[in-house]
Amino acid sequence: MKSPSPEEPRRGFLIASINGLMGLITAALALPSAGYLLGGSKAKRPADWVPAGDLTKLEENVPEQVIFERVRRDGWKTVKEKASAWMVKTADKQVVAFSPVCTHLGCAVSWDGSAKSFACPCHTSSFGTDGKVLSGPAPRALDRFAVKLDGSTILLGEIRPADKA
Amino acid sequence: MLNQVRAWVEERTGLESGIAHFLNEDIPASSGWHQVFGSMALFMFLVQVFTGIMMALNYAPTTAEAHSSLRYILTELTAGRLMRGLHHWGASMMICIVVLHMVQVFLWGAYKKPREATWMLGVVLLLLTLGFGLTGYLLPWDNRAYWGTVVTTQIAAKAPVMGPYILTLLGSEDGQIGAVTFARFYAAHVLILPAVTALLVFLHVYLVRRHGVAPAPVETAPPIKFYPRQVFKDTVAIFAMFALLFVLAVAVRVPLGKLADPNDVSYIPRPEWYFLFLFQVLKYFEGPLEIVGSMVLPGIAVLLLFLTPFIDRGKAIALRQRTGAIGVLVLSLIGWGALTAAALSTTPHRDSWKGFTAEEMAAIGTFRQAACWQCHSSTPGDSRPGPNLADIAVLRERDWLVAHFKQASGPAGQGVKDLRWRQLATFLPKLDDENVESLHRTPQSLVSGALVYQQNNCGACHQINGAGMKSGPPLNGVAKRWDRKWMEEHFLDPESKSPGTIMPAYKFAPSDMTAMLDYMMSLTD
Repeated sequence: MKSPSPEEPRRGFLIASINGLMGLITAALALPSAGYLLGGSKAKRPADWVPAGDLTKLEENVPEQVIFERVRRDGWKTVKEKASAWMVKTADKQVVAFSPVCTHLGCAVSWDGSAKSFACPCHTSSFGTDGKVLSGPAPRALDRFAVKLDGSTILLGEIRPADKA
Repeated sequence: MLNQVRAWVEERTGLESGIAHFLNEDIPASSGWHQVFGSMALFMFLVQVFTGIMMALNYAPTTAEAHSSLRYILTELTAGRLMRGLHHWGASMMICIVVLHMVQVFLWGAYKKPREATWMLGVVLLLLTLGFGLTGYLLPWDNRAYWGTVVTTQIAAKAPVMGPYILTLLGSEDGQIGAVTFARFYAAHVLILPAVTALLVFLHVYLVRRHGVAPAPVETAPPIKFYPRQVFKDTVAIFAMFALLFVLAVAVRVPLGKLADPNDVSYIPRPEWYFLFLFQVLKYFEGPLEIVGSMVLPGIAVLLLFLTPFIDRGKAIALRQRTGAIGVLVLSLIGWGALTAAALSTTPHRDSWKGFTAEEMAAIGTFRQAACWQCHSSTPGDSRPGPNLADIAVLRERDWLVAHFKQASGPAGQGVKDLRWRQLATFLPKLDDENVESLHRTPQSLVSGALVYQQNNCGACHQINGAGMKSGPPLNGVAKRWDRKWMEEHFLDPESKSPGTIMPAYKFAPSDMTAMLDYMMSLTD
């Protein structure tokens, strides 16, 4: 631990070897562990398109919550679960589907008909019918589902941030 | 700055001087390479704790999800196989190191006064190590785990008087292995055993320090310091062991078998190699004597081991003066080795395709005919354009798979009918580590035979591995009942061999006949 003593000229070599070998072992365990914990699942794949409601049943510019069923890979399980989206039919007969998750800290937003905005019950963020932030701490507009129309059936895909949708 | 922090910590905790005190312990000048095993065992324990925690971070300890979560670790996570490999081979390596440690202590007579308690604690640590192996064996919840533990608990159940209580304690009140047993084994494996082991390791090391490292019969030189000379030797030995463990974990795959199935009568349970000698002993004691093999003898052996310091009270520690003790050690090792070898030699080998139905064998034929292997290997680690079926789990839906087969196989898959695509799509997701390699290993003649079997709809009357109807005799074991020539003649003219049979004659083309007979003659059990 101190400077090499005259009795043991190899002391420095021994100490360096101990530290070096222990370092190698630590690295051989730490690097795979980092991959193991941070690498995520290798089986990731885009969400399947799932039917979620009918375009003709929506009223223009009146958001409606649609509950639908989807299949999701949850760790080692494949779960069939209910999910919801806020659908807004636009003037050009298209539809926007907002994720009901507040972009601030993940609480569920709901439509406040009197204020004409989506309101988050947690930290009072609010969003317009276009999903843009009206007030509160939310950092960005509501996320959107990818939307496809099959006739009048609305198909939902992956959730993406508004600026990439 | 750094020195100030060090000084602050040292003044408040005495950490640095404590470590220095530990490392600067006097040890006999004779200490050397023979004394590295204790440090190695301690290090192995730490590796097991580390890899165990890593696995626990992605593992669901219930019978419903244990198998699928482990499969997730193995097939979907980076380095998941490595973590499990390190943990699995680490367990075996730890047993080896602990035994080597005990052999060394025995040969050097280091268990003698005043180190009796150190030895006895060591024997308890050996039992705890075996306890880890026994409880961990159940946790993958595959057939191997399930049937191995069924046998273990049934042995415990036969203990006189205590049997039913032990069984209840093991969560198997009604003799069945299920959710409760699983929970108890898991709790023992990750809560009770690690805590008790850590405590006893601490006491064991404390006693080693209290009495000092055992000296040689004659010490000529003055004592030396533990650090760095002995620590260097310990570290080199630990590094060599770790390197070997790492190579094993990467190179030798630990298979995850089929999900535990209490109805799978074809499964032949075998314990882990370090319990094989006990397994073998049980073959020699039958009926009322069984308990001699399952409890009395092992009990006596453990007791003798535990009391070794009191049985061998001689003061001599030099090897030459202790021929009796050495004889006992050599005989025990030979006995253990012979029993283990005998058990290994009787371990049956079962080809992985033997459990497949004719439909599944035919699916292998489809896989080959459509040249799926051009993109998808079934050899672990082999790299081809598509996912390696030995390294991933097939999670896709059947419809997706069928569409993929048709689109990706190109000209090779042109002639394949929809039904056969669907059978392949049903078959692939069922493959596991233990039989995925049958995709390329199954002899082609058997696969062709199964295709002929399917084309002629033999399953409408016969059964193979549980699939098919029963109006004709089941075909498992048919190869043991009849020879090839008899079978060929029976196909050509059933009436000549079994008068009154309703089986029509099958005049197969010569190549089909050969394949069919190959397939039939492979049905040995």
